[in-house]
Amino acid sequence: MAKVKGAIVVDIEKCKGCSVCIPACPQEVILLAKEVNGKGYQYAYMEKPDACTGCVNCAIVCPDGVITVYRTKVEA
Amino acid sequence: MDIKDIIKPENIVYQKTKLFTEKPLSYCPGCGHGTAHRMLLEVLEEMNIQDKTVGIAPVGCSVLAYEFLDIDMQQAAHGRAPAVATAVKRLMPDKFVFTYQGDGDLAAIGTAETIHACNRGENFTMIFINNGIYGMTGGQMAPTTLPGMRASTCPFGRDTEIMGNPLKITELLAQLPGVYYVTRQAVHTPNAVRKTKKALRIAFENQKLKKGISFVEIVSNCNSGWKMTPNQSNKWMEDNMFPFYPLGDIKVPQLEKV
Amino acid sequence: MGELKLMKGNEAVAEAAIRAGADGYFGYPITPQSEIMEYLMTEKPYETTGMVVLQAESEVAAINMVYGGAACGRMVMTSSSSPGISLKMEGISYLAGAELPAVIVNVVRGGPGLGTIQPSQSDYFQATKGGGHGDYRMYVLAPASVQEMSDFVKIGFEMAFKYLNPVMILSDGAIGQMMEKVVLFDPIPRRTPEEIEKQCPWATTGKNANRKHNVITSLLLDSHEQEQHVFKLRDKYERMQKEDVKFEKIQCDDAEFLFVAYGSSARICQKAVDIARAQGIKVGLFRPITLFPFPSEELLKLSSQIKGILSVEMSLGQMIEDIKLAVECKIPVNHFGRTGGVIHSPGEVFEALKSTYLGG
Repeated sequence: MAKVKGAIVVDIEKCKGCSVCIPACPQEVILLAKEVNGKGYQYAYMEKPDACTGCVNCAIVCPDGVITVYRTKVEA
Repeated sequence: MDIKDIIKPENIVYQKTKLFTEKPLSYCPGCGHGTAHRMLLEVLEEMNIQDKTVGIAPVGCSVLAYEFLDIDMQQAAHGRAPAVATAVKRLMPDKFVFTYQGDGDLAAIGTAETIHACNRGENFTMIFINNGIYGMTGGQMAPTTLPGMRASTCPFGRDTEIMGNPLKITELLAQLPGVYYVTRQAVHTPNAVRKTKKALRIAFENQKLKKGISFVEIVSNCNSGWKMTPNQSNKWMEDNMFPFYPLGDIKVPQLEKV
Repeated sequence: MGELKLMKGNEAVAEAAIRAGADGYFGYPITPQSEIMEYLMTEKPYETTGMVVLQAESEVAAINMVYGGAACGRMVMTSSSSPGISLKMEGISYLAGAELPAVIVNVVRGGPGLGTIQPSQSDYFQATKGGGHGDYRMYVLAPASVQEMSDFVKIGFEMAFKYLNPVMILSDGAIGQMMEKVVLFDPIPRRTPEEIEKQCPWATTGKNANRKHNVITSLLLDSHEQEQHVFKLRDKYERMQKEDVKFEKIQCDDAEFLFVAYGSSARICQKAVDIARAQGIKVGLFRPITLFPFPSEELLKLSSQIKGILSVEMSLGQMIEDIKLAVECKIPVNHFGRTGGVIHSPGEVFEALKSTYLGG
């Protein structure tokens, strides 16, 4: 059976660390990094990348549009 | 499967629309303006009308919207966007025209321009961001500030005895025959964002029908002004703003009888 | 040779707008200029030339409609009278800041406040010294006849587009309401959208793939950028001063005394010149046609032969300040004028000249 695998890429320097993406993710993939970007914001990153399904919810609610979402099907 | 095998151009399912300029958004972290901008641009992109669209920016936090939206735009004096848009649409009726205004701009200083553009049934789209506060000037009371809600000019909460009641201008406008479509949406959750995009699409498609104003209110947050984190402010909005400003369609055109 | 017609000044403005190929008029009724919109609504140019005519909900809305139209590169105008012009001042400041072309007609009535509906020239300061906020000027034309009410609409649009700046036609209730014969210029076709895009590459007409997005704004948050912008505006105003000053000299060649007057007052002074000349007093009339840029240079040149100037204005004396600056206080400059809607007679003007400079 085909399984959907996803991943996100955050434009780290444009992320403002607002965290709106975190509750939007049904798989609880995203957290804020301990490190900060050039502007001093803690940025979003995939804490549990294996769980990402590429559902795009995080990217849709991101006010700054910094999340690009990838999705592909893999054979289980 | 290695993550490198997923992150390939052919696997992209969502990315920021190219109709944004390169400028980073000037809005506070977590502010709904950015999402509202993105939905607007996605609609223009999907309708392929970037070259036929003229937008009017207000005075308020989104005064610089023209720096972020890669379309022809004008910046209007405070509250006057509907008058400005009236002329743009009347002089170029084949273009798609919209105003993008906050609550102070649209529902306080610009009330006359708003009501009369709506009442004349001008053929443009009005996007109304309602966060119940004057964000840009530092969090003063807005015409839509809720009773009891705090702002810097009502630091103990809006006392309706002294300061009057919040104005539900959207419901008021829906009464006018020149207004064709009215809806109230939000952009704080994935579902809300999807609904907002649908509403904006309808609002722009309606311009082709030439039947009057299409009005999309977006109830949004102002976490800086409300003095909360973005996620707290979105929760507060659900608990406090939505009961007073309920989401959903307010005026939907009746289907033409055949 | 154009068509000859008997018209009111206000009607001439409206007819000239249609003939000049204007794209839009946005107004709000106020006495004594309501005939402009009434004439347009009767003529229905939207059915002939395609010109948009719209009665706005206020003067504020009307001037902002002008802003929107001008930002699309369109030839747009509005008109009002003094209290209404005060309301338009915010919009005029935005037009100047955003460098947009527009024609604004002020058929002046007596003030301050709601004042009177009778003619006055008490808006000179407002027209020439800013009126709205910020470092800006309007190009100000002062018609003295119904003919000029017509001609200056055309010239006004030419100047507005030459300088990308708001132009004011500063008339008054007398010129607006009086009927005279006027030779109407031949109609000029409205520009096509393609011609507009070519002439106004800055206009917000929809971003195509060949250019960056156009933005019309008067906002420059960086104060150094704003300063540079204001310097650019200043350069335009200096260019106006060099290239487009307009004035008229009547019997100035041998004059020892000078009336300086514009608009209705200039016509009254012309009669006063005749009265004075009949009594052997060598008086001339200098009529500024552009109030900004003010014809300072020409007036200074004239002043070497002049013993005294009487600034004749239907106000407490406003243009007199520009006259004094122009002649560098080398000769006496005094004011005479009725105000509050009262029009001085030629006899009154002549008597004022005598009592001021000839010992009664």
